[in-house]
Amino acid sequence: MAETLTARHPLEGHRDQLEALSAALAPTLALELGELVAAVDLRVDPGSGGADAVEQVVGGPLPARPDTWTALPAGQALRLGPDEWLLTSAAARPEDWEFAVDEAATAHGGMAVDVSAQRTVLWVRGSAARELLSTGCALDLRPRSFPSGRCAQTLLGQAAVLLVAHGEDDLQLVVRPSFAGYVVDLLVDAAREFPPSRHRKETP
Amino acid sequence: MQLIACPWCGPREELEFSYGGQAHVAYPADPAGLTDEQWARYVFFRDNPKGPFAERWAHSAGCRRWFTAVRDTRTHQFVSVGPLAGSEATP
Repeated sequence: MAETLTARHPLEGHRDQLEALSAALAPTLALELGELVAAVDLRVDPGSGGADAVEQVVGGPLPARPDTWTALPAGQALRLGPDEWLLTSAAARPEDWEFAVDEAATAHGGMAVDVSAQRTVLWVRGSAARELLSTGCALDLRPRSFPSGRCAQTLLGQAAVLLVAHGEDDLQLVVRPSFAGYVVDLLVDAAREFPPSRHRKETP
Repeated sequence: MQLIACPWCGPREELEFSYGGQAHVAYPADPAGLTDEQWARYVFFRDNPKGPFAERWAHSAGCRRWFTAVRDTRTHQFVSVGPLAGSEATP
């Protein structure tokens, strides 16, 4: 009997380590593995009407301003460039998601490609989440300049990452699987700066 | 390290960018008609001014778009940053 192949998180081997770290540092810091989602990379001229056609298909607005993201019914739309978006869906199968978006974009000279396996998601949560990321990232990550709704492609250490702000204590880190192990090692090492005792004193 | 103002992403670390050489080097209208020396001049010869220099830069760790920037070669300061290449879109 043929066995069904199931997708496995590229950081599955780090899961126990991250759970132990999160338990030890709660509520200061938590590093969690994200769900695997279907993702397509959409390229379409924003002036062509293709973006409107895609909005009909994905059921939500595409972000209009640079470095911002919007929520879709079962995923996210992240603006990666002037004519480039990353559209994710936790509900659709990758091939269906690619087909639906591509069909809408092709009519306007655009295209969409399935990139579900290109990136993997890591959540950085807790009151010190932004401080932790700042140890390897040159962006100003304070909530005032990187509020909820912002996203940015930048460097974390030596790895290219996509940072997505969901809230003040809630950030999503999207990274290529081949760099994910490096990023986790970097963050776990940086998390040693945040001993649980130091922050326990501050919390009443 | 200095900040470079990407036309799309805004000011970012210089580390995120890659250099693309002199800007506005036009491809020859009739490449087959060039002599070897003319072709070598097109391929290899570039200006090396002391002062403002129009260059191509790519925001390779960010939006991955090419743009033109004028940099002062004496001070390494960016005088101006031009629009994105091959795109009408503006932030």
